[in-house]
Amino acid sequence: MEFLTNPLFLKIVYGVGVTCAIMGLCSYTVLAERKICSWIQGRVGPNRTSLPIIGSIPYIGRFLTRLGIFQPAADGLKFLFKEEMTPGHVNKFYFILAPILSLIPALTTVAVVPFGYYVNEIGEQIPLVLANLDVGILFIFAISSLGVYGIVLGGWASNSKYPFLGGIRASAQMISYELAMGVSVLPIFMWINGPDREGTLNLFHVVQAQEGLWFAMWMPVSALIFLVCLFAETNRLPFDMAESETELVGGFNTEYSAFKFGLFFVGEYAHMIVGSCVMTLLFLGGWQPAPFLTWEFFGVENGLLAAVLSVGTFMGKMCGFLFLFIWVRWTLPRFRYDQVMKLGWQVLLPLSIANFIVYIFVIYFLDTQILN
Amino acid sequence: MAIILKRKPLNFLERLYIPEVVRGLTTTFLKIFEKPVTLEYPEQRPTIPEGYRGVPTLVKDPEGREKCVSCQLCEFVCPPKAIRIIPGELGDDAPNAHVEKGPKEFDIDMLRCIYCGMCQEVCPEEAIWLQNQFSMTGYSRAEMVNNKAKLYELGGTLPDQHFKWNKKRDAAENGGNHH
Repeated sequence: MEFLTNPLFLKIVYGVGVTCAIMGLCSYTVLAERKICSWIQGRVGPNRTSLPIIGSIPYIGRFLTRLGIFQPAADGLKFLFKEEMTPGHVNKFYFILAPILSLIPALTTVAVVPFGYYVNEIGEQIPLVLANLDVGILFIFAISSLGVYGIVLGGWASNSKYPFLGGIRASAQMISYELAMGVSVLPIFMWINGPDREGTLNLFHVVQAQEGLWFAMWMPVSALIFLVCLFAETNRLPFDMAESETELVGGFNTEYSAFKFGLFFVGEYAHMIVGSCVMTLLFLGGWQPAPFLTWEFFGVENGLLAAVLSVGTFMGKMCGFLFLFIWVRWTLPRFRYDQVMKLGWQVLLPLSIANFIVYIFVIYFLDTQILN
Repeated sequence: MAIILKRKPLNFLERLYIPEVVRGLTTTFLKIFEKPVTLEYPEQRPTIPEGYRGVPTLVKDPEGREKCVSCQLCEFVCPPKAIRIIPGELGDDAPNAHVEKGPKEFDIDMLRCIYCGMCQEVCPEEAIWLQNQFSMTGYSRAEMVNNKAKLYELGGTLPDQHFKWNKKRDAAENGGNHH
């Protein structure tokens, strides 16, 4: 029983747990997408798939079936057992590499996302995170932007025109929005790394810095720019240039089928989940229940209880953002390609730089005049 | 002639995107709580309006007599030639022997039928009706041919205003000439 308390073993258990949770969350996000879109469109949505025993429990089984709870299992099995088509004209190596490349960055960035904290014996808050990197946000930006390689590579390796156009659009879009995204979060880190404070890019410290006002409250423009860029980065409508099924018949994933398409699909949703996590951590106070209130304030001293409550709060906020992603997708039509470029370069980038400059002065003023 | 639609230029708030986006989001959010407008098909069926031209069927009159006298008008009028009738005699011991003729076989090929309703229109006996059944499915071509038994099963009994053949019988029994 020695190995049970081995930190390496704990890490592995935690890692497997997080991966399973993310994959499960992905499949249920797909379900939520289908359900919410059908509600918005005045339909019913998936309500037939049922499991033999659970489905036949009176009332509960029927309720769960109507809610489509068992649908993700059917969807997943479908992706597994469908015929795997590899067209003859593709570049096989890159064709197979592309879906893998689009999923890996999404699952890798999860490693530095803290989901909550627990309190140890001496009353310290320890983040619940796989890898407590000091360069957390840089790691996320670096790895998550690799996700576009999967799409570009998929579009190129498919060796036909629609995927190719999709790939090109994806790469152009990623470049344009990544700039604004990076600049929009600078004020936060400028504030956290102010004089007399310990310098850090760690996401856990970002949340700890939001015990008072959340950043979304006194940096709303940053939050808005970041959110819009997040939509563009995750290739969600209104920015799903790479896919645009109406004009590019599916874009980069036109030639993909069965499990390879499934990987792209899961990758997109995993990106969405990580994006929501980062948005929550940076701007919406992570696991803080309300502005100016922390769980400590409510007298949560017990380590395990703090862990449960903080993870719960965090998950709640994250699911709220996932809902927003889905909600926006079924509200807004897709931008035209030139509009996307215009918005990125002519609006968001100058706006984020102006916002940055304004906050340079605001933070300078706060740090030197008011707080001292 | 070309019609030129003048579009109102967007005002400042509209050009900001955000207020309009929020307006759109409110609309879709309120939609979530509305009742679905769709029917869950196999269990829930739409109400079929009167006069609907569904699958053609053969009907019986309220006395349970088959109305078709196999005059074959429908067979001749049918544009896609979907109807095939083999006429037969009723026989002397039939309760409605005075009608003399009835269909021995009556097939409607639903792969050919175009639901035009001309058979119903042409039928002098009001025996063939396009009723409210709108879906026909089968696994083989043979299954898609409705035979006489199936046609009567689909058709059922419809109310009759005339009881033409009763009048004829009464007239014949009373020596009058109904013609």
